[in-house]
Amino acid sequence: MIELALEPFTYNYMTRAIWVSALVGGVSAFLSAYLIQKGWSLMGDALAHAIVPGVALAYLLGLPYAIGAFFAGILASLSMMFVKQKTKLREDTIIGLVFTTFFAIGLLLVSINPTSVNIQAIILGNILAITSEDVTQVVIISLTCLTLLALKWKDLMAVFFDETFARSIGLPVNALKLMFFTLLSATTVAALQTVGACLVIAMVVTPGATAYLLTDKFGKLILISIAIGSVTSAIGAYASYFLNANPGGLIVTLQTLIFLLCFLLAPKHGLISARKMTARNKNNIREKGELHHG
Amino acid sequence: MTSQIIELNNVSVTYPNGHLALEDVTASLPAGSICGLVGVNGAGKSTLFKAIMGFVKPTSGHVTIMGHAVSDALKQNLVSYVPQTEEVDWNFPVLVEDVVMMGRYGHMGFLRRPAKSDHIAVDEALERVNMTDFKNRQIGELSGGQKKRIFVARALAQGGKVILLDEPFTGVDIKTEEQLITLFRTLAEAGSLILVSTHNLGSVPSFCDEVMLVKKQLLAYGPVETTYTPDKLIKAFGGMLRHHELPGHHLHDDEDQRGVTVLTDDERPLVLYGHHDGKKIVSNTGNQEEPPQERKTGQDVSEAAPET
Repeated sequence: MIELALEPFTYNYMTRAIWVSALVGGVSAFLSAYLIQKGWSLMGDALAHAIVPGVALAYLLGLPYAIGAFFAGILASLSMMFVKQKTKLREDTIIGLVFTTFFAIGLLLVSINPTSVNIQAIILGNILAITSEDVTQVVIISLTCLTLLALKWKDLMAVFFDETFARSIGLPVNALKLMFFTLLSATTVAALQTVGACLVIAMVVTPGATAYLLTDKFGKLILISIAIGSVTSAIGAYASYFLNANPGGLIVTLQTLIFLLCFLLAPKHGLISARKMTARNKNNIREKGELHHG
Repeated sequence: MTSQIIELNNVSVTYPNGHLALEDVTASLPAGSICGLVGVNGAGKSTLFKAIMGFVKPTSGHVTIMGHAVSDALKQNLVSYVPQTEEVDWNFPVLVEDVVMMGRYGHMGFLRRPAKSDHIAVDEALERVNMTDFKNRQIGELSGGQKKRIFVARALAQGGKVILLDEPFTGVDIKTEEQLITLFRTLAEAGSLILVSTHNLGSVPSFCDEVMLVKKQLLAYGPVETTYTPDKLIKAFGGMLRHHELPGHHLHDDEDQRGVTVLTDDERPLVLYGHHDGKKIVSNTGNQEEPPQERKTGQDVSEAAPET
């Protein structure tokens, strides 16, 4: 039994898939704590799509596709920031506008120059087939992101909470936002290989959304989110060995299950405790009513 | 240095789309006073605030704060800003304490790790706005007035010499309003400059020392008694103002010629009682929610009545 449970670890590629997934899951979850705030949650979605033209172009030029993806991501974030500053359009509108444009350009490039780009691999990702160069790349991206986020999480919190005030106390708001979206682009690139472009969206939203149900303190929210992100990613990759399933699908399904659990059972913001609270209040009112009548 | 805190020298602001928001504003605001910034929406009140905080660069002229350029003044935390509470997301997962602590970020090191002095400043700020009991609450659980008090506490914790308040009494209960006014008075007496933007006409005489009337240009600036007069207000507000006048012979049957003038937009009205030209500001109403018998109008008028 124990032997069976440990069997995945006897394969080098499995061990690697597990810890790389956990790392990427953790970083994505850190970012998700911010992305779930005020209308930015589709940002991850946007970036995942916006990356496609970068990948296509990188293939055309014979560059590693992560580089193309990264610059496309930054370009997309910058154009979103720019349009938001110059117009009064809402965030979600801008996101929709920019990412479809990028995705369309990407499709156009791929269709004009049919290359050996395996779009399927980009969209679905496959952590089990990750090469060792890719691992180095993912590790560098993840550790850089974690370090910068750990150093500047409070400044970012101030910016996301109240941008005007953050500016008024002299925080470099634009630089911080640029840093955040650069990190997000980089993480999206890293996560592409674990779960693929489609499911990146879940990785940068679900853990944060789950943690949001569990705490009212931002620092705690980040920690809970990271824990959920990395543990589910590791377990997902591990379990894919036995279920012979796509690890990305498993990871995101696990994250959703945990979200549902918290949605029902969370001590303060959960459905069940909310029901109990309502029932208690109703009882109190009824008792008071009886006192009055009696 | 001088006791002048904010110096505005021929400040004009034209936005990139060509809209001229402020034209040639010159004023110098002294320490130890509360100054009301009054004008209709779009008159340039918020542009003036933005210019003072360096969010927009004057197209001509310049702003200095205690002798420093705006960007230096911000770095030294000389300016504390209290934005309108509607501008932020109150579902953000932070506690009251965390929000007030953000006011201290400019005083902290690279990692924003609070020192003991920062915790003390936060506790004191919460104490001053009577919100100590709410320290560990999530901000979304607060009422409108409490939210405003938290933002004021954050500005206090920051400890700026200049406090800019953007419509501080909108959506705020009377009790909070009174508490805040008392607090502003104390701060002004301690040497701060408090600049309050408002289109709530009635509250201005009750707590401001000075007033700036803006309508693209600075129409008037000076002490409330001489500057906050009906003719100047009507000029500032154009046709946006309801104006009712009850002349003396409608009010009483004696020789008393004093009449009542009511000026209002959509908020608390400005009520003037006195001679026909309305020069002397005798009184001012309380908030509409207040029960009539508690209205300050009645009390103030009777106090100020004998004047033949």
